[in-house]
Amino acid sequence: MTIAASTELICFLILSVVIIAGGIGIVFLENIVYSAFLLGGVFMAIAGLYLLLNASFVAAAQILVYVGAVNVLILFAIMLVNKREDPKPIKGLQLRKIISAGVCAGLLALLIRVDLTTPWSLPGPTSIGELATERIGEHLFTDYLLPFELASVLLLMAMIGAIVLARRDVLITDVGTGKEVNQGLIEKATSPLLIDKNSSS
Amino acid sequence: MENISEPIFLALINPGLDLEFSFTEAMKGLGLSSQFAHILWLPLPMLLVLTAALIGVLVTVWLERKVSAAAQQRIGPEYAGALGVLQPMADGLKLLVKEDIIPARADNLLFTLGPVLVLVPVILSWLIVPFGQNLLISNVGVGIFLWISLSSIQPIGLLMSGYASNNKYSLLGGLRAAAQSISYEIPLALSVLAIVMMSNSLSTVDIVNQQNSAGLLSWNIWRQPVGFLIFWICALAECERLPFDLPEAEEELVAGYQTEYAGMKFALFYLGSYINLILSALLVSVLYLGGWGFPIPIEWLAQLTGLSINAPLIQLIIGAVGIVMTILKAYLLVFLAILLRWTTPRIRIDQLLDLGWKFLLPISLVNLLFTAGLKLAFPTAFGG
Repeated sequence: MTIAASTELICFLILSVVIIAGGIGIVFLENIVYSAFLLGGVFMAIAGLYLLLNASFVAAAQILVYVGAVNVLILFAIMLVNKREDPKPIKGLQLRKIISAGVCAGLLALLIRVDLTTPWSLPGPTSIGELATERIGEHLFTDYLLPFELASVLLLMAMIGAIVLARRDVLITDVGTGKEVNQGLIEKATSPLLIDKNSSS
Repeated sequence: MENISEPIFLALINPGLDLEFSFTEAMKGLGLSSQFAHILWLPLPMLLVLTAALIGVLVTVWLERKVSAAAQQRIGPEYAGALGVLQPMADGLKLLVKEDIIPARADNLLFTLGPVLVLVPVILSWLIVPFGQNLLISNVGVGIFLWISLSSIQPIGLLMSGYASNNKYSLLGGLRAAAQSISYEIPLALSVLAIVMMSNSLSTVDIVNQQNSAGLLSWNIWRQPVGFLIFWICALAECERLPFDLPEAEEELVAGYQTEYAGMKFALFYLGSYINLILSALLVSVLYLGGWGFPIPIEWLAQLTGLSINAPLIQLIIGAVGIVMTILKAYLLVFLAILLRWTTPRIRIDQLLDLGWKFLLPISLVNLLFTAGLKLAFPTAFGG
């Protein structure tokens, strides 16, 4: 075995251990902040796997999108809404845990079965390396144009939804019933306090 | 047109200095296999660039102290070495031997991991900084995109250290740093995209080569003046330099996410911010100011002397001039950043976010659209 091949194998094993252990850690850790940071680590390890497959553009995109955007936003949300109180006890928690563990074990068994029964063609197709960037662009704007555009529409909808949620004062009347709905934020007074005081006295 | 295309042709057939090849040959001469010689070669450029980055930080710290002193009509460091050049070494030594304090209620693991996560991506990004045709660690195809994606890891380190310090100022500083970083990443990436569109490549070497056909006149700054300004503003914001240093605004937040840090961990933050500043300056010079190119194409000058472009002496001079030009341009920009830091007031957080989202983002989108239009209309001038 050459030096390059053995280095690759060692890297693959380390990355796999990081991904699997990290994934288990995300689910089982009590502290949600640790889970979120661990998620970032798992995303980076997945980018490492892409690098091993000689797909450097996909690896860089993985880090940019998942670590730089998704994970940072998750952390942001957790840190801005971090309440220091214990959650209320939930009825039948033990039963729920058993059921979800069963569902997850079933999924795992299914995946392992797929892995074992599929006739993998080894070695796989040779990677095109640096040409991949152009090839991805070509595919996105020819045969994958519809999914690409649909994804952008989905993102636009999410953005509009976020703006509507953030500025609740634009939706004063309920769309269905036509009645007035109080959706103002609790912290924000809808009119300046001084004017309110003057008119009531 | 004839004059311009000839040096490009010369640059294509001439690979320039290839230090790796010479090193491997020398090692083979000593009786080592080529694979082993390659492994011996690998750490050398990395160590060299790391050392260069650290020396660059020392120089920048000295410049910062001297320029700030001049801006405030003081003398600045004077006793440590001539003109105080050894002052940054003294600062570094002080930080090195200081006690490493971890607050009692802080989160030990995350507190230690935070500064590391801030520093490592910045150092990794030096992978793609070219000092000459072959004078870079690795000419990876994704080049400049690698830098953008690596710099997006940094906010996680900032959030981590802000959270782990268990201090409200630290947490606020970390949140501000992350918000600022992700807001300015988008216009930054869009202005880089305009450059990439003109040079048809993400590789930093190709981007520089495409600018050096006619020396000073063919630099990207003339074709992308708006992009240059956007990139520079965003780079300053990403480095948290003064008009945008809200994450560590000392009057409001003590020192932001750095408040609880001391000793070597604080030094890591300090080092990270200065290495990032130099890196940004280097990338501005690579993307907009012709990288290692001399204002007059050096191939023309070589033709005047009558020597072949492949003569060893000419190659050596080209390499040396390339390194000097890259560092000179970068340090001019660092000097500009330092002057800006000591002469401009800090802006408010809402002004910062307004500037990023309502001004720079639309402008950079328009710039991108404009570049695409110009590229279609004048393919020769805008790299068709």
